[in-house]
Order: sequence, then structure tokens, then C-alpha cells
Amino acid sequence: MLRSSQPLTGPNRRRCREDETLLGTILDEGERGFIIDTRSAQAAKQACMTGGGTEPKSSYPQWRRLHRPLERGRLLQESFAKLVEACSDPSLSMDRWLGRLESSRWLSHVKAALSTACLAAQCMDREEAKVLVHGAEGTDTTLLVTALAQVILDPSCRTLAGFQGLLEREWIQAGHPFHLRCAHSAYSHARLKQEAPLFLLFLDCVWQLSRQFPFSLEFGEHLLLSLFDHAYASAYGTFLCNNEKERSLCKVKESTHSLWAWLNRPEEQQKILNPLYSHNALVIWPSVEPQSIQLWQGLFLRWIRPSQHLDEAWAEIQRLVKEN
Amino acid sequence: LCHFFVQVENVRLLDRLSSRKAVLGTLYLTATHVIFVENGSETRKETWVLHSQISSIEKQATTATGCPLLIRCKNFQVIQLVIPQERDCHDVYISLIRLARPVKYEELYCFSFNPKLDKEEREQGWKLVNLNEEYNRMGVPNNYWQICDVNRDYGVCDSYPTEVYVPKSATAHIIVGSSKFRSRRRFPALSYYCKDNNASICRSSQPLSGFSARCLEDEQMLQAIRKANPGSDFIYVVDTRPKLNAMANRAAGKGYENEDNYSNIKFQFIGIENIHVMRNSLQKMLEVCELKSPSMSDFLWGLENSGWLKHIKAIMDAGIFIAKAVAEEGVSVLVHCSDGWDRTAQVCSVASLLLDPYYRTMKGFMVLIEKDWVSFGHKFNHRYGNLDGDPKEISPVIDQFIECVWQLMEQFPCAFEFNERFLIHIQHHIYSCQFGNFLCNSQKERRELKIQERTYSLWAHLWKNRADYLNPLYRPDHSQNQGTLHPQIALCNFLYKFWSGMYNRFEKGLHPRQSVTDYLMAVKEETQQLEEELEVLGERLANLQKSQLGDNKVESKQQDRSKQLRLSTSNNSLANTPQEYSNDLKSFPSRSPSQGDEEDSALILTQDNLKSSDPDLSANSDQESGVEDLSCRSPSGGGCLPSEDSGKDSDEAVFLAG
Repeated sequence: MLRSSQPLTGPNRRRCREDETLLGTILDEGERGFIIDTRSAQAAKQACMTGGGTEPKSSYPQWRRLHRPLERGRLLQESFAKLVEACSDPSLSMDRWLGRLESSRWLSHVKAALSTACLAAQCMDREEAKVLVHGAEGTDTTLLVTALAQVILDPSCRTLAGFQGLLEREWIQAGHPFHLRCAHSAYSHARLKQEAPLFLLFLDCVWQLSRQFPFSLEFGEHLLLSLFDHAYASAYGTFLCNNEKERSLCKVKESTHSLWAWLNRPEEQQKILNPLYSHNALVIWPSVEPQSIQLWQGLFLRWIRPSQHLDEAWAEIQRLVKEN
Repeated sequence: LCHFFVQVENVRLLDRLSSRKAVLGTLYLTATHVIFVENGSETRKETWVLHSQISSIEKQATTATGCPLLIRCKNFQVIQLVIPQERDCHDVYISLIRLARPVKYEELYCFSFNPKLDKEEREQGWKLVNLNEEYNRMGVPNNYWQICDVNRDYGVCDSYPTEVYVPKSATAHIIVGSSKFRSRRRFPALSYYCKDNNASICRSSQPLSGFSARCLEDEQMLQAIRKANPGSDFIYVVDTRPKLNAMANRAAGKGYENEDNYSNIKFQFIGIENIHVMRNSLQKMLEVCELKSPSMSDFLWGLENSGWLKHIKAIMDAGIFIAKAVAEEGVSVLVHCSDGWDRTAQVCSVASLLLDPYYRTMKGFMVLIEKDWVSFGHKFNHRYGNLDGDPKEISPVIDQFIECVWQLMEQFPCAFEFNERFLIHIQHHIYSCQFGNFLCNSQKERRELKIQERTYSLWAHLWKNRADYLNPLYRPDHSQNQGTLHPQIALCNFLYKFWSGMYNRFEKGLHPRQSVTDYLMAVKEETQQLEEELEVLGERLANLQKSQLGDNKVESKQQDRSKQLRLSTSNNSLANTPQEYSNDLKSFPSRSPSQGDEEDSALILTQDNLKSSDPDLSANSDQESGVEDLSCRSPSGGGCLPSEDSGKDSDEAVFLAG
């Protein structure tokens, strides 16, 4: 699986031999690859006008392009804000609540993200084909898809260490602009142009997987909530800045502590490990039917509902497994 | 051997999610079941559907491939068959119409079902749940409440049981007088008594008050209820109907209690809709469930439009109000709706469940249903269509109560001794008519039909299989189980979930692929076994040390048991077949749908993973059937990890529309 940003085809259908060669060498003679473009066909076409675009079939003959539009940017942020707002009003009638849940479209985004990641995984696992994922910049929906696909495909990404590695690789080092994206979260009125909860969407999707496959992830909800917190505000330097270059300039590694070091201490591990975990060597294929995708209550209702009884249940599970 | 009326070959059974994934087999109709047996050498999987379960049959337009027939069941199973010949399809259709609409009780399965128990066992089965014991457990009769046999020949109210509890100060005269002033003669009677503070929940039907009628005895009845609780100087009267409906009833000479006439009552409308609204609500929700590849929006909009969760919440809120009144205020409550056998039953049983941890045990729950639903004359026959009747009487009343329980279980995972499967199987059997508990409309009718002498009790069956129904997280000493559950903060709108385990029960691909409940039960069982073994070994060690003083060698059989359990949990083949994530079939022309990994095909062996108690199979185990009986291995050997209701996944389903 590969990722990149959009090719700069532009309105004049520019070509680039090096790019074509690169993508050519990846595939064997007669082999077919898939390009998953996270923009709609129309959006991709429009991008041409401003210097971007898509890989033309004639120049990349062995690659088959599939468009799977995933929401990002301002619209995704609004979706998030709408949902949080809906969750903050317990006096709403059931009809109004469901209406607002639906109009926020957050769960639709979760479904779309999971479906696209599954498609990428299917290409690789079932079709045994190589996959290239890109959107426009390659820093948002692209990473969402590649990271999620790896959780689905690769059992080692489902271990605690493997998942941390995945985050480092596919989000942090890959240059997801955390500083821009996770500045203010859902309550901000500022409507910052660069603000968008892609990382949260990823965590939500991982939570959906953990719900559908309760034995297959080595970590639990607690870790996902922690990561959500730290992406926005943290005493640790892991999610600082927008890319490796900035981190290097700011000397992040020299002057801050790593979140992973803290999370990997035994006391923390106690909280974040999943007592039901058992290595699952197979690919985990989630159901993306609407009934299978649920509101992540642990996150969205975190401060609204008392968690006492659910915490007790979790403690009981830990106790039962430990006793054994 | 059983006799079948109809046999049709080369019938295709379609999968809802994947029209490509059809199975070829033979269709049989027997006196009690529809049976589809798959062709194919190894598995010959059977699908059995009881006629009682059939809700509707739809014959669809003939296509090139054959005649489609859609069977919708009351337990939400939807079976889509394609019969090659139109004439055969018509025969099946006509037969099913007749078979699914029995006219006499004797046609029902419970009168032929034979689990091979002797007479003694059958009787014992019926005695498992004893309401006299239950009332005693509650603390009555006592100084405030007495048993009343004024209805011993059903002479006062034919939908009530022969014995009810009434306040000490309610004389026979008052009771009879009150019954004449109540719809269907359903006078106020005790549903639940709280011995801690003497508050009680009583139930009745609406008073025949019209605009201005009064009845001294009825007013005295309510006073008697109040007097039976010295700790409070008033009672709540809760009318579970919307105010508008109740007011409309006044024009028909019925209505509700006027606070001016009844001294010391505080009157309250709760606003739960009637059976027709609920029937339509469920219908709409099921339509959403039948959508092919719905988007998230389609689904949420459809769910909202059905109003189903809103109704569930209304019932729950009413139960919460009553529980609060009893537990926190120490005030007695009289609950009624129109006839006092639908909403009243729902609301009283939810309130009882919240108040008393006993009803959250398996036995207690059976008792609760027996008390508030069976004995108090909930019209099972009319509501769930045992016999062919008025479609306007059909309504998912008890289904809603069962869902309230499930919603509570989701919020209070340690508070119930039983698990989701228990609820699902109870719902299944309310419609299956395999057991006699839920037949007819009243105790009177059941006694006339001699149900207990001629059929078997579901409670005994469930009790026998109770290991399958336990909640591993339940501990009687847990904080969640000391007294009242307090859901008022916890259960706001957003916490209500769509119960796919019930309404999409048979679509295995939708559910979490691995059952935490089953795993934890296995863990618990194993821990117990290990502890017992440890004890035994400890004793042996002590004995050895005594008898062999100089000998330091002690052999103990330490097997790596945990390894055995770990091994079983890595039977993850159940988890893994992909849906159809691609919009575009042409994406993958190289793969034919039948190609699959070794691992995937392993999970088609559904039968082996179903619990022996699963009603899908319990019909199979009726030894009288001559159709091949695939016996189900009960996977309780400790080494096996059964997945709840099996994990057969659809191999490449139909396309997802983006």
C-alpha cells in the first residue's frame, strides 16, 4: 500500500516521466494496481483547474482508479461540532435527537471511512493488488485510509506497540498537520479554516472495530480517549507541530517528553490494555451496515453520562480474566 | 417420521444482504413447520420456521429465475425463497396462509411438541414459578394487604386471576362496587409491595367516569390503597395514556379520575401511545431494517420516522417515575391505561424491575412476567396472534417491555443475572407457541383449555438451559444490585440504542463477531474448575506429605490450562469474511463469488456453534421429525468457544451504495 498526494497534472495534462516510472516499477508485468482517490471524481476534475488532478489512464495504464469521496476540512469540523452540540442537550426529544444525529452526518463519515479502508484492504488481501491512496494533499483522508486499512489487515498493528508504531508512522511522521487540525476542537466559534477532526474520525473508526471485534485489539477505549485528549492538548511533545521538519526546527525531541514513554509505563498499561485481547492472525472485516456503526458514547457522552456502572463492568471483566 | 404436505425441489433461499449468495435446496411444509434443507453433501443445513412465527407471506412478481416468496416472521426473521414453478409457489403460498392462521388452539405446536419428559417432570415444570410464594416474598399478606378470593370463579372480572391482593380495608362490597366502575371490571389490585416503606404499585383499568359519574366504592377503593401506606397521605394516580386520548374516552363514558372526587390523589398523565401507534411504529422500523444497503442517513431518518425509540423511552420514563415515587417518596401509585392490560403491564413491570433486584435475577424475571403479564390477563392471543384474529389487535406490547430491559442491561451491565440471549429466546417463544405459557387471553381461558395438563412450560425449559443465559458480569453483591436502579440520569435520549441483536437477529454479519458473554462465561467456568482442582490437589499434597515424610518429590499435574483457553479464543475464523465494500462489481472481475479462503469456508458450519437451547434448533431436536436431524453439539466442553448465535458471515454481500 502506498500513499502520496495528488499528481500535479493541471489543466494542460502535464506528464512526469519519473512519476510514471515510479508507479510503473511498483507493478509487475501485467499486474494491475488500484488508485483510491479520496476525492469525488468531480472534485478531482476541478482540482485540475488549479494545478492538481488525477493520474490519466493513458499514462498510468496498469492502474485502475477508484473514487471514494471522504469528507474533510471545514465540513468535517462542522459535522463534529453539530454532533457535540446535539449531545449536550439532554432535554431534546428523541425525534429531535435522532434528527440532529442524522443531520450532523458524523456517523455517515465513520461509515464512509471504514468502507474505504475496507476497500483498500480488500484490494490487497482479496485481489492481491497493490494500492495507492491519495486525496489532495495526502495529509488527511489519505492517512485516515492507510492507517485504518492497516489496523484491519495487520494483526501487529492491533497490538499496543504496533498501534503506537502505526500512529507514529501513518499520522505523525507522515505529516498530518496536528497543530493546524487540532487547535480548538468542537466548541470553538472561531471556525478556523484548517481545523478538522480527521484524527478523531480515525479513533472513532478504531473504536468501531474494537466494538465489532472485542478480542482483537490489544488496547481498549481508554487509550483511544487518551489519544484524543493528547492530540488537542498535551503535556507531551508527540503531537506537536505539523510535520517532522517543524518538529526538528522546534527541537521537540530534545525539549519534550514522549507520550509513548508515559503510556508504556506499567501503571498506564493497566488502564489501557484490553483484558480480552487474544492474538487474531486474520484480517478483521467490519460490517459497515448502519446498524453496526454506533455512536461512540464513551467520547461524545463522556461528560454527560455517569460512567460508574460501565466502569464497574469493565473492572469486573478485568477481574474475571485476571482470576483465571 | 413427520408428514409433510408439500415438498418442492430446487428452491433457492436468498440472503438479504447478498442476492448473489443464494442456496439451493428443498422446501417442506409440515403440520407445524416450514423446513428448508440445503442441497450439498457435507452440511445439509436446515432452516426451520414454525408456522406460529409467520407474520406475513408475500408472493412477489415472477421473474426469469422463478417465483419469489417472502416470509416475514414475528421473531424478525425474514426468509426469501425463489420457487421455480409458479404453480408450486402458489400451492406453497396458499398452504402457508392457512397454516399460519390457525383457527383452533389444538392446531398449535405446543399440543404436539414432545420434549420426552414424563408427567412428573412436566408438572414440576409448571410449578417452577409460584406466584403465592412471590407475594409472600414481597411481604404480603400482612397488616395492610390481604389476599382476596372474591374472583374465585372469575365472577367479578374474567380477565383477572382468581386470587389478587387488595388493601385490608377493602371489603368484598367495595371491590365488587369498584369493579363495576372500571373498564372490563378490572378493579385496582396489588402489583408490587415495597416492604421497606409500605408503598405499593397497584394496577387497574380506567374508571367509567365519563364527564361526571361517580362511584362511592371506587373512591373508597383508592382510599383503601392510600390507607395501606401509613407513611404517606396521598397516592399518585398515573394514567399512562396521552391526555387527549383519555379525554376522548370520557365521551364514551370512560375516562380518568377527577382529583376533586377522589380525595388525596395526585393525578398524572404519562403519554404512552396506544397499540395501533405501536404496531405502526414497529412496522416502519422493520421496513428500515429491510432496506437494501441503506446509507447512514436512510437508516437514522427511518429510525426517527418510526418513532420506535421514542416509545421505548416513554415506557421507561413512566417506569422510572413510578419507581421514584415508591422508592424515594414512599408514595403508593395506582397505574392504569384504558383496559389496564397493555401499557399498565409494561409500566408496572419496568418499575418493579428498577425497584427490586430480585426481578433482575433469572428466576425473578420469569416471576415478573408471570405476575404482571400472564396472571393479570394480558391478551397474548390477540396481541401476538396465536390464532387468526383481528389484525388491529396485534401489537408488540411485550416486545417493547423486553426491549426496555435490554436498554437497561446496556446501561447497567452488572445488574442482571441473565443475558441478552435470555431476552431474545423469551421473545421468540412468546410467538412460537411451542410452550403453553403464553396462550389465550386470560387465566380463565387457559384453565378451561387445561393448558398445564396438555403442554409444557417455557420456564422449565429455560431453567434447564440456564447456563446459556447467565450474565458473567453479574454479582449479587455488586453496587448495582443493592436496591433500586437509578436510571433517571443515565437514560437520556442518546443512550438508547437500536437493538440489532433483536431486529436483525438473523443477520449474523451485522453483529460483533465475537461474543464477550460466552467467552467470559467460559473463563468463569474454567476458573471455578481450576479452583476446585487446586483444592483437591492441596488436599492430596497434605495427605502425601503426611504419609511420605522423607520423600520430597510431589508430582502435581499442572497442565497449561490457560493455554487451552487461549487456543480456543484464537478460533477466529468466525470473525472474518468481508462484506461487499465496493460499489462496483467490475472492480474485481477476476474473483468469482464462490472463491474464498480456507478459513472463511470453515465458518459456514453454523449448526455446530448454536447453543442447544437455541430455539432455532430446539425445534430440530424434536425427535419425531423424520427430516434429517442435525444434532447440535452443545459446546460446553470448556475448550470450545461458541459464538453467540453463531458467526456465519455472508461471503461477499451485495454492493454497498457508497
